[in-house]
Amino acid sequence: MDLGQFFGRYGALLAEGTWASLEMTIISTIMAYIIGIPLGVLVVVTAKNGLRPHRAINAVVGWIINITRSIPFIVLLVFILPFTRLVVGTTLGIPGAIVPLIVAAAPFVGRMVEQSLAEVDSGLVEAAQSFGATTWQIIYKVYLRESLPSLIRGMSIVFITIFGYSAMAGTVGGGGLGDIAIRYGYQRYQYDVMIASVILCIIVVQVFQSIGDIAARAIDKRK
Amino acid sequence: MIEIEHLTKLYSANTGDHAALHNVSLTINDGDIFGIIGQSGAGKSTLVRCINLLEQPSSGKILIDGNDITHYKGKQLLALRESIGMIFQNFSLFQQRTVLGNVTFPLELRHENKAKREQRAKELLDVVGLAGYEQRYPSELSGGQQQRVAIARALANDPKIMLCDEATSALDTRTTVAILDLLQEINRNLGVTIVLITHSLAVAQKICNRIAVIDDGKLVEEGKTRDVFDNPKSPITRELISNDSSMAFSDNETTEEKAKFQELREEEA
Repeated sequence: MDLGQFFGRYGALLAEGTWASLEMTIISTIMAYIIGIPLGVLVVVTAKNGLRPHRAINAVVGWIINITRSIPFIVLLVFILPFTRLVVGTTLGIPGAIVPLIVAAAPFVGRMVEQSLAEVDSGLVEAAQSFGATTWQIIYKVYLRESLPSLIRGMSIVFITIFGYSAMAGTVGGGGLGDIAIRYGYQRYQYDVMIASVILCIIVVQVFQSIGDIAARAIDKRK
Repeated sequence: MIEIEHLTKLYSANTGDHAALHNVSLTINDGDIFGIIGQSGAGKSTLVRCINLLEQPSSGKILIDGNDITHYKGKQLLALRESIGMIFQNFSLFQQRTVLGNVTFPLELRHENKAKREQRAKELLDVVGLAGYEQRYPSELSGGQQQRVAIARALANDPKIMLCDEATSALDTRTTVAILDLLQEINRNLGVTIVLITHSLAVAQKICNRIAVIDDGKLVEEGKTRDVFDNPKSPITRELISNDSSMAFSDNETTEEKAKFQELREEEA
């Protein structure tokens, strides 16, 4: 079977799988950031030397992040099935995959954001305070603004991690490249299809890593 | 006028409370360039941070134009800070903002409209000698230029008081002199009271009309700069004067002294 025949037979399947993987990953990444940014900010702001130190809030948010991150994704996926059904009404298809992906990724994003914000020079925070900035103004005009290049670099790491998780979510009903590789490669011994899906995974990861690197470099004004 | 009365700042440590400042009383008059001198760890940084409440004093009062500011909170605290400019040893410029964006920052905080704040920022950049640098980024500037941007930013809210925390310590001798000249100009032309912390007697001698010497959290000496230098009363002050290779900015310095001073600066850096 030559390449023409191969793509004739499996092209549509692979294209559909790539699209399903991207859809799961992109939607989950966006949702994970919507939840994860406030988590990361909260940890930084309530830390001992933060803008508003608060031991209890800091500890609780820290625990939530750590506990969620301790559960292996494939276990989490099954563990929260009732919750997934409650939220989206199904455990199948892309909606059924996105819920566990968000639950797993949001705390991860929280930690990534925390690390980026921690890189911001405390002297800048002090300077902003000296000009009469409020806590909110410092959060988004200093912490988030000054760490933007680092946040973007973190985002490509998050994207690639969720992309990997989405392969697992796919096998329990979400579809996507991971699902194709397992179904054809593992269950039907069609190695050519498995190799093609692996190559597509590599391309997706490379593309998003490059986009992240280029974007971060373009907006970073430090030399 | 800034009146500091019996100011004490305690830090709790495992070994018990440690006094960063102990019963310090000082008066800084309007129009002064007031130097606070001492070795590192003497408490001068804490003292100056109490004036805009970046540090909360443990006891004592600070009166600015007669109002005790030490209990200020919320809006009153933010308004106080707006009325006091501050510059720092490492400039503390926002790296992701242009020079213009840095200078407009304090005005942005109080929602001044864009055209107005940019207009104001351009005037200030002119004052500090950086007209034409609006669209540059801090990483593209020299240390002296960065401190000029910081000075423009500190002036954005038309402060009556400017606090300088070791503002020239990261700069070489020639740049230090230029920055001190600029501060003096701002003091004279804009009537801004300047409170300057430094460990360098040369800096204090060059621009301060009055100085206070702090050691181990205590005020050991205070007076007109010339009087303190000519007739130091405390052993600490005498030690500072004899240790300091300084006097470097005086007019009759020898080239040898100059070179020695430069060497010391480089070692520090």
